[in-house]
Amino acid sequence: MASTPQTSDAHTMAQGEMDLLRFATAGSVDDGKSTLIGRLLLDSKSIFEDQLEAVESTSQSKGYDYTDLALLTDGLRSEREQGITIDVAYRYFATPARKFIIADTPGHIQYTRNMVTGASTADLGLVLVDARQGLTEQSRRHAVLLSLLRVPHLVLAINKMDLVDWSKDVYEKIHKEFTQFATKLNIPDLEVIPISALQGDNVVNRSENTPWYSGPTLMHHLEHVHVASDRDLVDTRFPVQYVIRPKSDQYHDFRGYAGQVAGGVLKKGDEVVVLPSGMTSTISRVELFDTEIAEAFPPMSVTVHLEDDVDVSRGDMIARVKNSPKPSQDIDAMVCWMTNEPLKPRQKLAIKHTTRTGRAMVKDIQYRLDVNTLHRDQEAGELGLNEIGRVQLRTTVPLLCDPYSKNRTTGSFILIDEATGVTVGAGMINSGS
Amino acid sequence: MTNTHVDYRLSQLDQLEAESIHIFREVAAEFEKPVLMFSGGKDSIVMLRLAEKAFFPAKLPFPLLQVDTGLDFQEVLDTRDSWVERLGARMIVATIDEAIAAGHVVDDGKTSRNRMQIGTLLGAIEENSFTAAFGGGRRDEEKARAKERVYSHRDDFGQWDPKMQRPELWSLYNGRIHAGEHMRIFPLSNWTELDIWHYIHREQIEIPSIYFAHEREVIERDGMLLSLGPEIQPKGNETVEKKMVRFRTVGDRTQTGCVESEATDTAAIIDEIAVARVTERGATRGDDRFSEAAMEDRKKEGYF
Repeated sequence: MASTPQTSDAHTMAQGEMDLLRFATAGSVDDGKSTLIGRLLLDSKSIFEDQLEAVESTSQSKGYDYTDLALLTDGLRSEREQGITIDVAYRYFATPARKFIIADTPGHIQYTRNMVTGASTADLGLVLVDARQGLTEQSRRHAVLLSLLRVPHLVLAINKMDLVDWSKDVYEKIHKEFTQFATKLNIPDLEVIPISALQGDNVVNRSENTPWYSGPTLMHHLEHVHVASDRDLVDTRFPVQYVIRPKSDQYHDFRGYAGQVAGGVLKKGDEVVVLPSGMTSTISRVELFDTEIAEAFPPMSVTVHLEDDVDVSRGDMIARVKNSPKPSQDIDAMVCWMTNEPLKPRQKLAIKHTTRTGRAMVKDIQYRLDVNTLHRDQEAGELGLNEIGRVQLRTTVPLLCDPYSKNRTTGSFILIDEATGVTVGAGMINSGS
Repeated sequence: MTNTHVDYRLSQLDQLEAESIHIFREVAAEFEKPVLMFSGGKDSIVMLRLAEKAFFPAKLPFPLLQVDTGLDFQEVLDTRDSWVERLGARMIVATIDEAIAAGHVVDDGKTSRNRMQIGTLLGAIEENSFTAAFGGGRRDEEKARAKERVYSHRDDFGQWDPKMQRPELWSLYNGRIHAGEHMRIFPLSNWTELDIWHYIHREQIEIPSIYFAHEREVIERDGMLLSLGPEIQPKGNETVEKKMVRFRTVGDRTQTGCVESEATDTAAIIDEIAVARVTERGATRGDDRFSEAAMEDRKKEGYF
């Protein structure tokens, strides 16, 4: 068996010091996504007796022949009534090797915004296709969105292999078609796995029905995919979040810059620059709570002290003297629009980038991207709900940004409607900004 | 000086801690008047520990708010006082009895104290004009919580609308609210029950003694073990038994059941949980059992 359930290895679990993998799932109800997630939870022993009993009794009362594992993840009553998943739901399970956080996103066409939301924090994207259908417009769209959000690892799970007699030809045809399509995208790591979520083949346990398949089971791949090197440990980026000044007798002169490391490694003695002011200093101490630490790296939340008494406040960024982001008020980005009222040129919005907030005006909507065909419609002029396009913005404050392709933290921003306060857009900065 | 990991990897506990600290700092920086909703349970104590780390060596930049049901376990109140004193935190206690007197809630004799906490809590938030309230909710607790945001917007009636949630991307939290509205903040969103226990174990965090196995007089009722006390007395052919038990959650003592256990320290609890086959709420919380959608209903009304 590829993976040991947590019950049999309580001691390892008691260490509490395992790895973490965040992954996003995409696919529709018909592709068996909820069933697959139910299967992962069940086979990793993350489903509890009372949850399973509730699902079994519901399945029986609905007259199903088998326990509908999809019921495990249908959260809100309003969704259960409609039989669809309308929002991103987060699920948790663990094996002795890793803890997993699943961002479970609905696959239906109008929910691009949920897919983008789920993918924004994912290390890995899991796209499901029905072996009988092959690649659909929807599965291509999911791959495009995962690529756009720079999710570094992608798994294409070809589900319902039992319904195509475990055909190697079907698997290879879909595999080939997807690989050809993926050449147009940014997908650094791809794994294609034939499964049956309903029966559990190649999910946790290797299937006897696919002797022609030599790759990993889904769970084995999730447990072992190498994510540590996805982070940028070279380009130091420390957005200052909060200035800690106790103003107490004991810590009278304490002045610490608190934040979460967005890139690179910070350590005592590093010569740094504070942006946007451009003043330079040297790191005198890096702390985690009450302890001095040798180095801080992403995604640690730490407190940094500088040797000189320079003016640093929330929204500033600490970087290296010879390697710092370029402050810019002209932002070129891919924007996913998330509200009914379309995004138009000259529109004004609030923008939040790292710990910096300002206002932005839309200078131009260069094109709208058709996420099914990758066609760029230069005549679009505006972006509607769930549409993605290339947008030029002018901001009131300089953003200390990197291209999203280099750093997902310093390369991303959200747009907020100033009247309603609602998050209406998500942006990924292009390299020209 | 502590050396960090040579391979630049963070364990899942360290990643969760970093994420929660980031959330605490973000709220303290962006909200005018935050408050931490403190129940005395293990989750809210872990929140306190994370907040302590987020702002050290400064004191917490927000007060604690507790809703006193009048039915809290004494051990829970003792631990609360010990934490408040050590951190030098400000503590606001809102009692259900005061809320009844002020007309925020109505005691019709049928409503549980747990449900009356909702009105008491909303009354206290409104009276003090709090704009953000940290809660210890976790997404793994219950199906309705799985879709909760870290920043969960509440309208001026304190209600949650699951269909109107703001998208939450990367670690960019949107704290915009209008006057009269507030935001619930869930820094433990991505923690599981096991993570909480691992963290309590690792950090040697002080929690109420009733979480550990001890001898107690109990009555079995509706499949739950309830602690004998002024409100809980044997009915019909129920019998009082002495058992080794521990509590998995520490709510209102008339609603909260305990489980038989021999686990007298955190390591033993972790071993028990790792093999537990019933979710913590399903086993021991009478208030969640009425309907499958019980939590969803209470959340919409403004429950934690």
